[in-house]
Amino acid sequence: MKLYEKNISECRDMLLGGEVSSVEITKSVLERIADVDGRLNAFITVSGEAAMVQAEAADRRRAGGERAPLLGIPLAIKDNICTQGVRTTCASKILGNFIPPYESTATARLAEQGYVMIGKTNMDEFAMGSSTENSAFGPSKNPWNTGCAPGGSSGGSAVAVAADECIAALGSDTGGSIRQPAAFCGVVGMKPTYGRVSRYGLVAFASSLDQIGPITKTVRDAAVLLGAIAGLDTHDSTCAAKPVACYEAAIGREIKGLKIGIPRQYFIEGMDSEVEASVKTAIAQLENLGAIPVEIEMPHTDYAVATYYLIATSEASSNLARFDGVRYGARVKGDDLIDMYRKTRSAGFGAEVKRRIMLGTYALSSGYYDAYYLKAQKVRTLIKRDFDMAFEQVDVIVCPTSPMPPFRIGDKIDDPLQMYLADIFTIALNLAGGPGISVPCGFTSGGLPIGLQLMGRPFDEETLFSAAHAYEQSAAWFLRKPEVAA
Amino acid sequence: MKYEAVIGLEVHAQLSTDSKIFCGCSTGFGAEPNTQTCPVCSGMPGALPVMNRKALEYTVKSGLAMNCRISPLSIFARKNYFYPDLPKGYQISQYDKPICEHGHVDIVVDNAVRRIGITRIHMEEDAGKNLHETAPGYSIVDLNRACVPLMEIVSEPDMRTPREAAVYMKKIRTILRYLGVCDGNMEQGSLRCDANVSVRPVGRKEFGTRSELKNINSFRFVEKAIEYEIDRQIRLIESGGKVVQETRLWDAAAGRTYSMRGKEEAHDYRYFPDPDLVPIEVDAAWVDGIRGAMVELPDARRERFVSEFGLPEYDAEVLTAERSLAEWFESVARAGGAPKAASNWIMGDLMKLLNEDNRSIDDCPLKPAQLAAMLKLIDEGVISGKIAKTVFDEMYRTGRDAAEIVKEKGLVQISDESAIEDEIRRIVDASPKELERYRAGDVKLMGFFVGQVMKATKGKANPKVVNELLRKALEG
Repeated sequence: MKLYEKNISECRDMLLGGEVSSVEITKSVLERIADVDGRLNAFITVSGEAAMVQAEAADRRRAGGERAPLLGIPLAIKDNICTQGVRTTCASKILGNFIPPYESTATARLAEQGYVMIGKTNMDEFAMGSSTENSAFGPSKNPWNTGCAPGGSSGGSAVAVAADECIAALGSDTGGSIRQPAAFCGVVGMKPTYGRVSRYGLVAFASSLDQIGPITKTVRDAAVLLGAIAGLDTHDSTCAAKPVACYEAAIGREIKGLKIGIPRQYFIEGMDSEVEASVKTAIAQLENLGAIPVEIEMPHTDYAVATYYLIATSEASSNLARFDGVRYGARVKGDDLIDMYRKTRSAGFGAEVKRRIMLGTYALSSGYYDAYYLKAQKVRTLIKRDFDMAFEQVDVIVCPTSPMPPFRIGDKIDDPLQMYLADIFTIALNLAGGPGISVPCGFTSGGLPIGLQLMGRPFDEETLFSAAHAYEQSAAWFLRKPEVAA
Repeated sequence: MKYEAVIGLEVHAQLSTDSKIFCGCSTGFGAEPNTQTCPVCSGMPGALPVMNRKALEYTVKSGLAMNCRISPLSIFARKNYFYPDLPKGYQISQYDKPICEHGHVDIVVDNAVRRIGITRIHMEEDAGKNLHETAPGYSIVDLNRACVPLMEIVSEPDMRTPREAAVYMKKIRTILRYLGVCDGNMEQGSLRCDANVSVRPVGRKEFGTRSELKNINSFRFVEKAIEYEIDRQIRLIESGGKVVQETRLWDAAAGRTYSMRGKEEAHDYRYFPDPDLVPIEVDAAWVDGIRGAMVELPDARRERFVSEFGLPEYDAEVLTAERSLAEWFESVARAGGAPKAASNWIMGDLMKLLNEDNRSIDDCPLKPAQLAAMLKLIDEGVISGKIAKTVFDEMYRTGRDAAEIVKEKGLVQISDESAIEDEIRRIVDASPKELERYRAGDVKLMGFFVGQVMKATKGKANPKVVNELLRKALEG
């Protein structure tokens, strides 16, 4: 087994046992990137030299007795998370030359542990999309079938993890952007509870929905990585003061008696039959492990997509106003100020970003605010109530991560509505605020991964890790790896 | 036809916190451009605002001082518009849920008390500054001001004259300076206002169409700009025209207002709650704590100065206009200085000297106790009121005590009757003509004799004694 194939806990054990150095792991990962990324396009920026310097520093720190779980482990970071001195583009032309003067809280916490920042991963521009096709740097390819999309928007991170171009990665999830690409790439993706991880330094798409989270090879790794980045941050008012549990301690806990809710509304007509079959088998497997399935109702599920696309686009229309060519990023000269704004933003943003800015601007405009934004907020409350009521009956809600397996690149890019439906099962959770995790639960006959989604009570990430780990270990889908030709 | 104006003011006050409202940068005035900025106030991608609790406290304090209801829950909203001095493309402000509502302040105009309603007070961040002259062909943006905490105080349309508007504005400034929440410095832009002005025929209930005047940055301009605008609107109506709803800019140099943008061009700011900031929950006990620790406000102090020190209303009003002046006066009174005499000296000689030196009471070279001691010397007859003027000037100039100056310069008042009698006799003997005329009924000549005696004693003779003895001597 190659070093780059290892996961976080394996690397950690080997590093602690002195079997291997960070420099060796990092070198192996960089070589792997050099071998395969030409075909996969998972990275926008690979910071090889800096990574080697960090790996050497990590080895020195370990020699000095330091034992942080992520010390010396090469991780990839989604390119909408600010890394001081390393270009952070959000896969947009408008930030194509942007080098942040400051570090995000999440990566600063990883840096405290001494992680190795291997590179910045590809994504849908400003995290708007479900296929990583909306990238100014070209689409990422699904390592299971390079003709297929890896999902999105954290597609680059999911590809990098699945194809062993990093040991693990950070993504961000606004409507499913961690979980859906994790499902499409056959890896683990976790969206923490809103407020669990600081958003400081995460370039905002929709502020009330965005969360940073881990994309990893195993559930245990997700627990370790979340533990490293979670917790109160005085730079983010929406970040919760709740103490952070030791998530790794939840790994291996039995799930006997765990009540798992099966929402009728998440098994819809028109859903892919192989996806449905895999998820049902996974539920049966959870039952074998002692979990008790309970049929539940989530009556407002149908409104989630519409609600999401009003709230997310409204917030985005305002969040993206700062990209005006005045202080940073690309600027196109104009005859006057308004002309400069118009030319800069016309040239700098891609079609999907423009579409969403227009939608959001419309939803917030005078005369429409009540009918759209305000109404959406009210429906959001109802959706949240669906979850609250469900969690009075059950401990975890189980459903497919996506109603469809990975689709072909180019298939949906010209039909935004079809594309929006790829997130139909993940969006509601962002509106409600709770945590969710996607774990591999099988493959289509064509060999494409399928994901199982588990959703939990706010700030109860532990139960999700326990259940997901129990399922993962018993089903052992993680043993299968994509074959990526070099 | 007779018209009356309807005026409402929006006062923007910079809160005197050390750091900005949503980040830790300094609010200091006059630094090199863009040296007081960070990722948050320069609108870097991914940066987030965190509210400065001190700014909230200052706003609540102001709300309480202006008799407002403090909302237990208020919300920051984004006001969206593009401008280079606005780094995020939106200003964080408050919209439909401001922190303070339903208050009032009382003003005194022409000896009558007028109550002006306060609609709301909300918090917001300032924008930066565009500089157009520094680099030819370019506009330069300075973000030092961006994110500086402001409080917007919105009045009801309760004012009817430009004078009332100016007095109201001054009153707001006085209250804010008492509270120590705003330095009130209009030249540095710490206090500015917009005015909503309309006119209507006297007796009509409905408001006329209003215009909003922007860019008013002195008390004088409040009055002048509104005066100009009222006049403009009346002339327009009289000549058959119609006032249109618009935003007008006050041009201080030209002494007129001109149209900036009409209703059609008004921005759609697309306000919505800022998802980056949690709703502000204000705890009743915390508010009570602020209320309990509140300084005595100008109105209460003015009333107390009248009742406790027996000052005339006018004196009390002048002395309480500035907190430090009021405190200076009170220190004099507490140190034993007669209150009315103290008030006269402060409002007269002291203010004159301070004004000449362009000094505020805070850097007055004189200590209150020194004035009190001087007043005692007058009271005890050690020096005359006239001599005291000389002594006071000297005290102010050197910072020395009155007693010391009096002693050194031999300014002690002569109250010794025999010494004064000798002088009087000498003068009366030397002025037989005047004596004759006086005795013939020209009593005004008393003044001549007093003057002669004072001159002979170098002003040191006790005027009361001089008067008594002179009368006796003249009437023989």
